[in-house]
Amino acid sequence: MPEDLKVEKVLDTKGLSCPLPILKTNKAIQALSKDQILKVETTDPGSQKDMPSWAKRTGNEIVKVEESGGIFAFYIRKTS
Amino acid sequence: MPNQKMTIIASKGTLDMAYPPLILATTAAAMNFDVTIFFTFYGLEIIKRDRADKLKISPLGNPAMPMPVPIPVLVATLPSMQAIATSMMRSMFKKHGVATVGQLLELAKEAGVRLIACQMTMDVMGVKPTDFVDGVEIGGAATWMDAAAEAQVNLFV
Repeated sequence: MPEDLKVEKVLDTKGLSCPLPILKTNKAIQALSKDQILKVETTDPGSQKDMPSWAKRTGNEIVKVEESGGIFAFYIRKTS
Repeated sequence: MPNQKMTIIASKGTLDMAYPPLILATTAAAMNFDVTIFFTFYGLEIIKRDRADKLKISPLGNPAMPMPVPIPVLVATLPSMQAIATSMMRSMFKKHGVATVGQLLELAKEAGVRLIACQMTMDVMGVKPTDFVDGVEIGGAATWMDAAAEAQVNLFV
């Protein structure tokens, strides 16, 4: 896994609950181009399951997940 | 690949029961589903103009309703209890960063969710097409069936 992910945009959804992190992620990724990377920060623990489900259905790829102090960071590559 | 489809029947008009159809509709739309919501009976309240953020919740007949102190059933019948329960729920939602029903309705419309109001219950309850937010279609059971027959996910709320 590449350590030097080039993040195109950072989306802060900290403090928001389901379904807003997913809705905002979906909107944000649409503004990117193919292969660009969106970093989504969230405090919603449900996102650990929800993000991969969303990614699977939309065909986007989660290339890295970080967790630190209750904050999850998803690095999502836009695949189309 | 054509989008998958989902339909939801929204039949309830309380604050708590307005959430599931709108949360699922907006999420499904974000996951490339074409979504239809059929609003019937009290569910019509959700799509009335300026009503979404005024929906109420009732502690009556709901023993699972979280209350700071246990409320006897007779006390729950007092007129002010509905207002207290509603404002308590609203502040709990807000504290947890949950979108309001009105925000979710806007997001659903933005995402192209198809909103259909049930003609029969509109007639019975004296609801006019002009009572609704913009973009609501009017239809009946057959309209929903047609959409449901094409859908992979169909829910009744």
